[in-house]
Formats: sequence, structure tokens, C-alpha cells
Amino acid sequence: MDGVRPMVDMTTQLATLTLPNPVLTASGCAAAGRELHQFFDVAALGAVVTKSIMMRPRSGRATPRMAETPSGMLNSIGLQGPGIDAFIDTDLAWLAEHGARTVVSIAGGHTDEYVELARRLNGHPAVSMLEVNISCPNVESRGQVFACDAIASSRVIGAVRRAADPSLPVFAKLSPDVTDITLIARACADAGADGFSLINTLLGMVIDTDTMAPALGGGTGGLSGPAIRPVAVRCVWQVRRALPHLPILGMGGIRSGLDALQFVLAGASAVSVGTAVFGDPSAPVRVLAELEQALDDRGFAALADAVGYAHRRPADRLVPEAAEVAAG
Amino acid sequence: MTADTVVSKPVQETAEIFSVQKIGEYVQFTVVAPGIAAGFQPGHFVAVAVGGDNTSMLLRRAFALYGATPTGQFAGTIQFVVAEHGPGTRWLTQRSVGETLDVVGPLGTSFPLPSGPSPAVLVGGGYGSAPLIPLARELVAAGSPVEILLGAATGSRLFGELVAKRTVGAVTVTTDDGSAGVRGRVADVLPDAIERIGAEVVYACGPMPMLRAVSEVARAHAIQAQVAVEEAMACGIGVCMTCVLPVRGDDGRSRFVRSCVDGPVFAADRVRWEDVGTLPADVMGADAMGGH
Repeated sequence: MDGVRPMVDMTTQLATLTLPNPVLTASGCAAAGRELHQFFDVAALGAVVTKSIMMRPRSGRATPRMAETPSGMLNSIGLQGPGIDAFIDTDLAWLAEHGARTVVSIAGGHTDEYVELARRLNGHPAVSMLEVNISCPNVESRGQVFACDAIASSRVIGAVRRAADPSLPVFAKLSPDVTDITLIARACADAGADGFSLINTLLGMVIDTDTMAPALGGGTGGLSGPAIRPVAVRCVWQVRRALPHLPILGMGGIRSGLDALQFVLAGASAVSVGTAVFGDPSAPVRVLAELEQALDDRGFAALADAVGYAHRRPADRLVPEAAEVAAG
Repeated sequence: MTADTVVSKPVQETAEIFSVQKIGEYVQFTVVAPGIAAGFQPGHFVAVAVGGDNTSMLLRRAFALYGATPTGQFAGTIQFVVAEHGPGTRWLTQRSVGETLDVVGPLGTSFPLPSGPSPAVLVGGGYGSAPLIPLARELVAAGSPVEILLGAATGSRLFGELVAKRTVGAVTVTTDDGSAGVRGRVADVLPDAIERIGAEVVYACGPMPMLRAVSEVARAHAIQAQVAVEEAMACGIGVCMTCVLPVRGDDGRSRFVRSCVDGPVFAADRVRWEDVGTLPADVMGADAMGGH
């Protein structure tokens, strides 16, 4: 490095959506952007991914809702939110006013709820893409999580794809808590998914040894943070290998530019920075700057050239001189 | 009777440690953070990163601000008090002068101040007394008669007795074990203090059971209590939704609100103390929780 600002083409493509850079917030870790805007301009990100929204206002679960774990945290919020109408009137309006590209995460208890959410969001100028959170219990199937069942996943994704504005990419956000994530991904792809968000949290539990009961009010919770990063990179790698034509938005424990680069090399066209925001509210813009520098150090002129690079055969994987310098 | 609370505008600063002082079981930090000092009002808090780069402890630790010096000698410093009760706070208490901390603040709501002189009792539990000291200074400067009550489990867990005496004179100390002051709970001595000065408002900061007891005493005396809660939080800036409490709004409806941005200071009669840690059926949106 010689102190010169890196000049890497950071634009990226998520299906039909072009973003000026590949760093986004993660659903549930940035609310609807307003709080983070105190620390950086949310329009400077690739996009803001909003907290999963459902049809009706939701209280969320009883506290305690959080436990810190080694290199991670466990949460059980229960999708507290204002409901779609208030979300559109307040949160989307604010995002539009501040020029933020927005990926809206939608969640439902049954397929019709997802469909209705997609319809309500059609035509809104601030919405650039839909991320479908299928890690929700299906009330019509005794609470079985959609994302753990290929048929239920494909039904939701197919229905949302048909209901949503054709110009909006529909990404399926998959759970790692499955035997073979590529089977779920393939079912979603067949149903019309335009890409994948990988991964959602892992289901976990912490027992409080003082009370000798689960630490979270909800019992189990979603594990996030750097503790799950290798699992996430593995999922990105597997889905990229299985379905190389579909774009991936990667997330799971990213807190530095090199973390983000792992996801890109494994096959992600963009990344979401989630739990890191809780510890460092300016993490997304820092990760973006570090990723650009890391790409430059390795001789990449464009982010797009690095997407999936780790899948190349050794003979096709050039080690640029600059990388040797950076490593040395 | 009270003016509006001041909602903070937080900044993130790399703050050099100016002094570290052990006080009983606590450690008092003074750090250089001019952006945070400039926006400080009593009741605001800071969120401090712990463990250094590449730590396995991802979440910030929240501390009520004990004071700030925006101008004058040692300008741009803030003070907060740390109690060691885990690996994160232990890392903090082992820092020394000249090292830096990553600090976000000022965060949260401040104590609403009376519009004129108004007799007030301030109640602090453990190091919950820290944010009450700068509040006491403001109240005294405005001509309000002030009494301070400090309570703790034991004498070494009291904080701020000397500075409280210097600030307001009338200070009562209680400890559960009787090792300092009056044996008993701090809320036990609150009715006498309210009656002694004809208090019109009570301010408090400390553990939830203490705040609940203070709230009940204030209600019995038909006066307002403004309390700062110490709820567990992950982000401190309003994005994670972990630090919620059931609170009644102006419209009479209850909601889960974030203690980091809608608090930490609440009107005590709005907090549904008996329902903290539960999901009351009448909280807004509770009806949508079936199946999840």
C-alpha cells in the first residue's frame, strides 16, 4: 500500500438490480436505517436491508431477548415491528427521502401473508428488491419453519415471485439449519427465486447457570456474529457451486473487509454487515472501504472479477504480485 | 411541571483515557471525548467497546454518564463509572491512562428538569447514583432544595457519598447489611425524605426492584418519579430491539419501547413494572404473536 486511494470498480449486480457497491446492512441489524444515519450516510451503502416486516404490528417476545456468546450473540426478538402500513408510511418514506436504495425483508406466517406484503410494496419508488425471510414458523404446518422444508420454501418463493413487480429481484433468505442447503436453494430457484441471501441465524440456546433456566425469554434464539462465519462461507460456497447462474447476497459474522472478501471469493456478489453494527455502528462503511482496499491489494480492477474466484482451479487462480506484497 | 427531555445526538469517538480511579468496588473513568461532552445532559449514557480489536466480545457495555466538562480546564472530557461483573467490564477496569477506548454517546434521554425551583429527592442504588450527581448540580443551581438517598447491598458498593454531600448537604445512606448508614432498603427512607422537604419530584437510578419500589412510594405521595433504567442492551443506539420494556403511552396504550432511545429515563408511572420480563396480552401487537 502506498496511501493512494484504491480505484476498484465496486459496482455489483443482484439479478436485474445494479448497486454502486456491494455492502449492505443486514435485516434486523439496522432497523430501517434512521438510527445508523446518525453515524454515516445510509445512501452511501449498496442498500439498506430493512428489518423483516409482517402484515400486522407485532410486540415481539418477552425479555430477556439477547445473550452474548463467544464471538457471537443469541437473539430472540420475535420480529417486533410496526406492521406493513406504518412501515410504508414512516420507514419507507424516510428511506426514500434520504435517497437510500432499499431491500425490504418480508416475513409471514403463511404463504398468503407473504403475497399480500409483496403486493403492498409493488410500485413503491424506494424499494429495489425483496428479501424473503422464510425462517418463520408456518402456522398452517404446525409451526414447521418454511426454510427447513423444500416444498414449503418453494411455495412461498413462487407465490411472492408471481405477486411482486417483475422488475424487483426476489431473493430467498435461507436457513443453515438444514441437512443440505443446496436442495432448498434448488427448490427456490425452480420456483423463480432471482437469487439467495445466505445465511440466516443458526438456532441456538444458552442456559443461565444462576437461574438454571434458558437465558432468553423465548428459550431458543438465533445465533449470529463471527462465530457463524465459517458456516456462512460454506453455505455460499455450496450454493454457488450448485447454482452458479444465480447471484448471492452473503452474510454471517462479517466485521472486516477481509471477512467480506471471503464471501465474495466464495461466490457472493454482495454482502450484508449485521451483528457487527451492534458493536460498531459505522461498521458497514468501514467494511466497504476495507473491502475496496483488499481487492486493490490483490490486483482486482473490479469487484465482479473476484466474485466466486475461490472456485477456480489452481491453474486459473493467478496470485497477483500485489497480493504477495500485501502478504509479505 | 417538567420541561422536555433532551434526546441525544450520538457520535462515535476514540477516547484517550485521562484518568482511572478505583472507588470502593467501582472504577471511575475520565476520557477525552469532546463530541460526547458537548451534547451531554444528566441521564445520558455511553456505550463502550470492550476487549480490543478482534475480541470475542462483540457487544458494547453501557454506562450512565457521571459528568462531562465540555469547556474550561480539562475540556472535552466525560466521566463514567464501571462495576466489574464479567469479562467485558474486567477488561475495562484493567485499562490505564493514555490508552484509548471506542465510545459512542451521548445516548438516550435525559432527566426532564423542573421549569422552576422545585424540591426533589434523588435516589441512587449502587453506582446508579452516578448520573444523579450532575443532575443534583443542575437542580441546586436552579434553586431547588435537593436531598440525596444512596443505597447499596454493602458499604463498599456505595458510590458518590462524599460528592453528594458536597453537592447538596442532605444525604442519607442505607445498606442491606447495615455496614454503612441505616440498615435496610433505600426506598424505606424515601417517604421521610419526601415529607421533610415537601418534594414535588423524585429522580432515581438503580436496579429494577429498587426503581419499582421508588415508583410505588412516589405514587403513594402523589408526586412524579423520573427513573433511569439499567436494562441489558446489545447496541445502545436503537437498532437491535433487545432492551424493550412495557410502557404506557400518552394514548393509554402499552408498547414494548426501547430503553436505549426511548429511555433510559422514563416517567415511573408509565412503566409496567409488574410486567417486565413478560408479554402482557394488551401490549400493542401481542395479538399477532400467535404461532411465533
